[in-house]
Amino acid sequence: MVRVDGNGNGNSLISVRNLGKNYRRGSEEIHVLQGLNLDVDAGDFVAFMGPSGSGKTTLLNLLGGLDVPSQGSIRVAGDEITHMSAGKLTVWRARHVGFVFQMFNLIPVLTAFQNVELPLLLTSLSKSERRTHVESALTLVGLADRMKHFPRQLSGGQEQRVAIARAIVTDPTFLLCDEPTGDLDRHSADEVLELVQRLARDHKKTVLLVTHDPLAAERAHSILHLDKGVLAEAQSAGSRA
Amino acid sequence: MKYFRLLRVSLLRKKFRTLLTIGSFAVAMFLFGLLITIRTSFNQGIEVAGADRLIIMNRITFIQPLPSSYSGRITSIPGVKQITHATWFGGIYQDEKNFFPQFAIEPESWRVMYPEYVVPDDQWKTFLNDRQGAIVGEGTAKRFKWKVGDRIPIKGAIYSGNWQFNIDGIYKGSRKTDDTTQFWFHYDNLNESPAMFYKNTVGWYVVRLNNPDDATQIVKKIDDTFANSSFETKSDTELAFAAGFAKQTGNIEFLMLSIGAIVFFTLLLVTGNTMAIAVRERTPELAILKALGYSNSFILIYVIAESVSIAIIGGIVGLGFAKLVTLGGSPAPDMLPLFYLPMAQAGYGVIVALIIGGLAGLIPAITASRLRVVDALRKV
Repeated sequence: MVRVDGNGNGNSLISVRNLGKNYRRGSEEIHVLQGLNLDVDAGDFVAFMGPSGSGKTTLLNLLGGLDVPSQGSIRVAGDEITHMSAGKLTVWRARHVGFVFQMFNLIPVLTAFQNVELPLLLTSLSKSERRTHVESALTLVGLADRMKHFPRQLSGGQEQRVAIARAIVTDPTFLLCDEPTGDLDRHSADEVLELVQRLARDHKKTVLLVTHDPLAAERAHSILHLDKGVLAEAQSAGSRA
Repeated sequence: MKYFRLLRVSLLRKKFRTLLTIGSFAVAMFLFGLLITIRTSFNQGIEVAGADRLIIMNRITFIQPLPSSYSGRITSIPGVKQITHATWFGGIYQDEKNFFPQFAIEPESWRVMYPEYVVPDDQWKTFLNDRQGAIVGEGTAKRFKWKVGDRIPIKGAIYSGNWQFNIDGIYKGSRKTDDTTQFWFHYDNLNESPAMFYKNTVGWYVVRLNNPDDATQIVKKIDDTFANSSFETKSDTELAFAAGFAKQTGNIEFLMLSIGAIVFFTLLLVTGNTMAIAVRERTPELAILKALGYSNSFILIYVIAESVSIAIIGGIVGLGFAKLVTLGGSPAPDMLPLFYLPMAQAGYGVIVALIIGGLAGLIPAITASRLRVVDALRKV
C-alpha cells in the first residue's frame, strides 16, 4: 500500500516525511521537491511519472542515498538515512539498494559475469559463493548463456537485463529503476518491464520505478504523479481497473 | 586479490596509452639507472677507502714527489702502524686513450697495506723475483686481453723511454667495488732507471694507523714534522683523499641530481596528465562503483594503485635494461673503470618510481574519490 498523505502506520518499508530538496543556480533558489510525504510497503511496485524537471530522479537519488535532502527525513527499513555520514551511507547503499539506470552503466571492459559480481566483491562471500550468486542472478534475467560476453557483444535489452542482475545479486531491500526502458526499443522495453514486474510479483521485491512511459507505469501496483516537486496524486492498480 | 581484476582491466583498457606511459617510465628509470651507475663509478674510491689509512703527499701538488727518506721519520710517529709508498708512472700503452693507472710500488709493504687486492701466492712470488715484473688488475687484464706471461710495452710519458714489463700476476678485488684497473711494478725498477729525474723520491706514502680515531691528531703530527722543509707534506685520510679526487672531475653529484630531478619532474607531469585523462574518461564508471557501495577511500586507492602499477612496471623494465647494459662492461674504461648498477641502488630506483607513480596519481585519485555520484551520472 502506498500513501502520500503522511499518515502511514509506521510499519512501511520506506517512510518519507516533509522531504525537500533545493538547488541554488546563481542567486536563484530552485525548489525541486517540497514537503513530500511517502509511505511504501515491502513488496510494493510503485511507478513515478511526471514531466521532465518534476523531480522524479531527484527523489530516486534521495531514496537511494545518492544525494542528501535539504529538509525532511527518509527512513528505510528502520534506518534513518538523512543524517548518515557519507561513509555510512555508502555501506547502507551497498546493503539495501539495487540501482537500475537508463544508460545501463555497465563497465565495458568487464564481462556480464564480472559486472554482476561487482557488488559482491564488497561482501565477505567466497569466490565460489560469489559465482553461485552471479549465476543465479543471470539465470533469473535469462542471460545464463551470456556470462562471458562483454557489454559491446550484447543488445541494449540484454545490457539492461545484466544491469538488473547486478542490482538484484546482493538481494537488496529495494530496487530503484530510473527510466530503465528509456533507451530501449519497444520489444526490449517490454522484456525488461516483464522482468521487473516478475521480480516484484514472484520474488516480492520492492520496486520504485521512474518512467515517462505510461505502458511501463501500467505494470506497477501504484502510479504516483510528481509535478513541480509535489506528489500530486496516487493511483492504485485497483482503482485503475 | 579479488580487486586485482579491476586494476588489470583498467590498465589494459587503453593498451597503447598504458604502454606509452610505461615506456616513458622505463626510459626515465633507464636513465636513472645509468646516472646511478656513473655516480657509483665516480665514488668507488670513497666507498672502498680504508678507514684506518692515511695518504701523505706533497703539499704543492699530487704530482710533486716526496723524499723516500721520509719513510723512517713517518714510521717513528706514535700511532703509525705500517707504511708503504707508490709513484705515479703515467705511461701509455699503444694509444693515449688506453688509460689505466700505473704505480711503481714497494711490493712487500704494498701487499700488507692493501689486503683487499688478492694475488695468488705463486704469482706474487714470481713478481718478487722479476725486476721487470708487473701485477695487473683483472679489469685491465680483461680489457686488453692480457694473461700471465705476456710481455707488455709501455711508453714512458713522465719517465721517458720504452718500458717493457712482464705480467707476473693478476689481482682480483675481494669486494665488488674494489678497483681492478691498476698496474703495479717495482719501485726499484723505476728508481734505478736513468729516466728517474728525482732519485730516491716517491709519489706518495700510505700509512696505516693503530687506531683510526687518532687520524686527525696524526695527520697534524706528520704535516708538522715536515713543515718548512723543501718537501712539505699534506696528509689526509684515504676517504677524504678519494672524495677530493672525485670532486676534481666536477660536482658529479649535483649534475646527477639536476638531470634526475628534471627527468622525474617531467615524468610526474606526463603520468599525472595520463591519469587525469584516464579518470575523466571513466567518470561514469567510477560513479557507478560508488553507487554500488564502493567507498571514497577505495576509489582513491584504486586510482593510485593504477598509477603506481604503471610506475613499478616501467621502473622495473627501465632499471632491468640499465642493469643489462652495465653487465656489458664500461663504455669508457679509462674514465669509469667500475661500471655496474648495484642492486641496492636499483631497489632505490624502484622506490623512486613508486613515489612518482603515487604522486602522479594523487590529484586524479582525490578528484575521483570526491566525485558526486549524482553529478557524474548526469554527465552520462
